[in-house]
Amino acid sequence: MKTTSLTMFAAALLLLAAPVVRAQNFLEGGRVSGNFQLDAQVYRADSAIGAFEVAEKMRMNSFANLLYTNGNFSAGLRAESYLNPILGYDPRYKGNGVPYWFGSWRNEQFEITVGNFYEQFGSGMVLRSYEERNLGYDNALKGAKVRFSPTEGVVLKGLIGTQRYFWEQGPGIVRGLDGEFALNDIFDKEAKYMTRVTLGGSFVSKYQDTEEISAGPDELLVLPANVASWAARFNISRGGFAIDGEYANKMNDPSAMNDYIYKNGESLLLQTSYSTRGLGVIVSAKRTDNMSYKSKRTETGSALDINYLPALTRQHAYALSAMYPYATQPNGEMALQGQVNYKIKRGSKIGGKYGTDIAINYSRITSIQRDPLDGDTVPGGAGTAGYTSPFNVFGDELYFRDFNIEIQRKFTADFKLLVSYVNLKYNIDVIEGHPGDPMVNAHIFIADGTYRLTDKRAVKLEYQHLLTKQDEGDWLQFLIEYTVAPKWYFTVADQYNYGNPDKDRRFHYPAVSAGYTYGSSRLTLTYGKQREGILCVGGVCRNVPASNGLTITLTSSF
Amino acid sequence: MKKIIFFSLMLTFVMGAAAQDAEKNLKKLPAVNVKTLDGKVFNTADLNNDGKPMIVSFWALWCKPCINELTTIADVYQDWVEETGVKLVAVSIDDARSTSKVGPTVNGKGWDYEVLLDANGDFKRAMNVNMIPHTFLVNGNGEIVWQHTSFSEGSELQLIEMVRKLNRGESVESH
Repeated sequence: MKTTSLTMFAAALLLLAAPVVRAQNFLEGGRVSGNFQLDAQVYRADSAIGAFEVAEKMRMNSFANLLYTNGNFSAGLRAESYLNPILGYDPRYKGNGVPYWFGSWRNEQFEITVGNFYEQFGSGMVLRSYEERNLGYDNALKGAKVRFSPTEGVVLKGLIGTQRYFWEQGPGIVRGLDGEFALNDIFDKEAKYMTRVTLGGSFVSKYQDTEEISAGPDELLVLPANVASWAARFNISRGGFAIDGEYANKMNDPSAMNDYIYKNGESLLLQTSYSTRGLGVIVSAKRTDNMSYKSKRTETGSALDINYLPALTRQHAYALSAMYPYATQPNGEMALQGQVNYKIKRGSKIGGKYGTDIAINYSRITSIQRDPLDGDTVPGGAGTAGYTSPFNVFGDELYFRDFNIEIQRKFTADFKLLVSYVNLKYNIDVIEGHPGDPMVNAHIFIADGTYRLTDKRAVKLEYQHLLTKQDEGDWLQFLIEYTVAPKWYFTVADQYNYGNPDKDRRFHYPAVSAGYTYGSSRLTLTYGKQREGILCVGGVCRNVPASNGLTITLTSSF
Repeated sequence: MKKIIFFSLMLTFVMGAAAQDAEKNLKKLPAVNVKTLDGKVFNTADLNNDGKPMIVSFWALWCKPCINELTTIADVYQDWVEETGVKLVAVSIDDARSTSKVGPTVNGKGWDYEVLLDANGDFKRAMNVNMIPHTFLVNGNGEIVWQHTSFSEGSELQLIEMVRKLNRGESVESH
């Protein structure tokens, strides 16, 4: 690991330093910018809530990005350090290094990148490399990428690489081609047509050497070394209407994720929306069947994903409504979602002086129907074609359902209030893998009011209440926040599991927090207890263990 | 290893500082491809407001303080535009899961901002955005003169004050 990161670092340095050596003129137009973040957690053992003794007492994650740009050229690197990684991060992150560097050149038509990069084809159903540092996710590709736009309205992309696997690279080679054609920009130069049409297609394939995987006591599987996938997409819009969709298909890809079956995978995403000033409506539907796609066939965790299967659920922002977040089931799901945003006009009788925002959202996700195959000795077992599945039939098992409504209104220049109700059904057995646990049915009530004391000082009061008979029972959360814009905030909060069926586990999770922002630098301190649970940022989630102690976060951008 | 990293970081900083001293150049908006709400490819270097200041704000549907910031500004935005000619560009970093919800939500809330979709995070990375909301102020020459992360009630007053300063030709200190 050490030598590879050193080599990469040297290469990155060369990229950065080469212009200095070669040409003073080149340097003069250049600029360095960057950002960094440091997270530290000091742990106290608290056996009651399940926070165990941490030998180091304090753990720290940090990273810094440096970016050099000069005209059409840019280069960058990211140094990372996890010593030892904060609890909840994959322990395989332990270490120091420069896992990300790139050099890139572009003009009107071309963009060429070497090194590490992030890329997405269409909605990402066959390819998406991305990072969410705050959750420890990074499947950056390392290799080369070319983007070519021969004429307006046409974008062609090609790439090859391997994926980041903590401090190493995954074993599979990922190769991809993508084309997108905005028909109006190509053929309709005078913009005569009101309807805009964009078409696109992708081809992605992975190569991984075969290895010996046994299907039974004396049967070895014949594994495909190359797995191809493709996707086609469209987007049509006219005025306030839009409809878009993408279909993806993946050839047989026996892996630990699908129990080594040889069935092809497919996924279809359809979305249609209508919006006009003050009203937005969107309806989405998705079907996924056997679409886990990783660049290592034995990987079962969240690493080395080649593709991205978006969950069609709302990403909740309040602690208790985000307590039971849905995670996409790559092996199969049927999903439906609808959302309406409506603004009752300012100055109207019902809308009030400043208007009232209403948002209603519904989503429902079930299994797909799976019919056993005739002839297979072990239906659904390793080495077989697995099962058949009718495309348009919903399965019997409910995975997730969410109905929520949110109303926000500014009553006076100084006071605004948000109220929300959420009803969730959460299949804890399927989503978290807790066999036998009953479906969680939760009602969540939220009220969030902000009162401006002066121009720059405000107090916010938040009340959240989660009622459920399953899992850990009822929860209550209060939060009070005092802010002095634009620099300071102070928060006191308590989460109380008062309804836990086990009376000895009715814990409080109090926490105090303060933050100071100076331009683009920010320091936050939090002291208190954190419950075990799922932390989500941008719809990507990870489990965090219970903890008791101090958390420090320092970020800056320059 | 540690020494090498430290040395290289220092070197890079010195390089950067030297480069900036030589030219006194402020960073301009980088050239990155994003999308508009109707699906057109858009180069961020083409963002402009005819010589007037511009606010570039990174946000996402799942980010509560971001929505607060944009909702708060929406109430006074028309006044701001009339008074200063400023334009706000709201750059959504939502991913494929929710990009198609951005348009209907923005419309549903009645926001009049110019909205861009940065689903692959290219613009975000080029601007060194880590935590959102992250707001940049761009002067009439397209140079980034000020930036701020996080939002609390009243922060918008500081923002418009900076815009007024720019219009008066005064310099805005970086914080």
